[in-house]
Amino acid sequence: MSNTLPDLPYAYDGLEPYISKQIMELHHKKHHQTYVNALNAAEASYAKAASPKERIALQAALKFNGGGHINHSLFWKNLAPSGEKGGKGGVLSEGPLKEAIVASFGSLDNLKKEFNAATLGIQGSGWGWLGLNPSTKRLEIATTANQDPLLTLVPLIGVDIWEHAFYLQYLNVKADYLNAIWSVINFDEAQIRLVEGSKL
Amino acid sequence: MLSIARSSLRPSLARSLVNARLAASIHTLPDLPYAYNALEPYICEEIMTLHHKKHHQTYVTGLNAAEESYAKAASTEEKIGLQAAIKFNGGGHINHSLFWKNLAPAAQEGGKLESGALKTAIERDFGSVEEFKKTFNTKTAGIQGSGWGWLGYNSATKKLEIVTTANQDPLITHTPIIGVDIWEHAFYIQYKNVKPDYLNAIWNVINFKEAEKRFTEVAK
Repeated sequence: MSNTLPDLPYAYDGLEPYISKQIMELHHKKHHQTYVNALNAAEASYAKAASPKERIALQAALKFNGGGHINHSLFWKNLAPSGEKGGKGGVLSEGPLKEAIVASFGSLDNLKKEFNAATLGIQGSGWGWLGLNPSTKRLEIATTANQDPLLTLVPLIGVDIWEHAFYLQYLNVKADYLNAIWSVINFDEAQIRLVEGSKL
Repeated sequence: MLSIARSSLRPSLARSLVNARLAASIHTLPDLPYAYNALEPYICEEIMTLHHKKHHQTYVTGLNAAEESYAKAASTEEKIGLQAAIKFNGGGHINHSLFWKNLAPAAQEGGKLESGALKTAIERDFGSVEEFKKTFNTKTAGIQGSGWGWLGYNSATKKLEIVTTANQDPLITHTPIIGVDIWEHAFYIQYKNVKPDYLNAIWNVINFKEAEKRFTEVAK
């Protein structure tokens, strides 16, 4: 039962000009692959662990690499080529997701503003998330540190704010990356997750 | 006339002294002790320029703003609310200030560990200089996120130890002897995802003279 690197749903240059081909190749083939390899190694060690102490010692590796695999797998799917390239990236159609966004944030623009502010505020590496609160059924913005997976909400949209996600193209200007990425966010996928998550 | 001048000066002088005490201390970006291209080919000019002029400057600006807010904070709750900003930006300023000084061009003292108190202590606590570098690199590469690798002096055990800190947390359990930034902005443009290459390269520009100074200061 080995974890494997999922294929990207588009070509490496598919998210240009918002996310460069160079970044997508390194991010997918190197960074995500490394999490997959290390997760498999950690799970193999865990299966052989003979005591609670050994298992606890492996928790950090499982969380980091498992989280890295989960987060990046969600990420590739909630990105899509932009409209200019014939994709659905950046387009929020009428439907339950749009309704939920308006109900929780007033407008898509306001969601973007609050999401970007929260994500910019992460002090280190991490992820910005739009999630569904399964109890209140409202949408919320959350952040997770490092590769911690989002567990408190149903993940709808994740944005990687580790420097490897943007540095080669945007250098230190995180705000430009966060403004650009909205053009390649796959709102259709986010809506699928919302509909699924609402059933829980 | 002098006494009139003095007494008319005194109230405004007193006022400015009070204001100075209330005002946040103004932190400034320290100059690099070398040119932006001086650590080449181990750390490229583009990285040094961004790292110093953008990243470190941002921590300085953020720290000044946080301290200014702190000086005006009216309640304990407000002060606690500002702790994260002070720790992150203050740590960023502390860490990077130490970092620039414990780097030096390879053409000068960079990379050279001469016989002396520091070398002796490293050999005593790690077996050899090579073993020390290997362990340092492994531990630093193992940080799960952003952070720093440190050679630190433990005053309680009187030993040199390798420790890591997360994000911009400053090293406070040990006296910092050598710090290495492992945030991706410190190496990504040049080394991409290959952290070990960066960590192997940086030893060529570590300023062991500065490290020894820090060590002899604390280990006396």
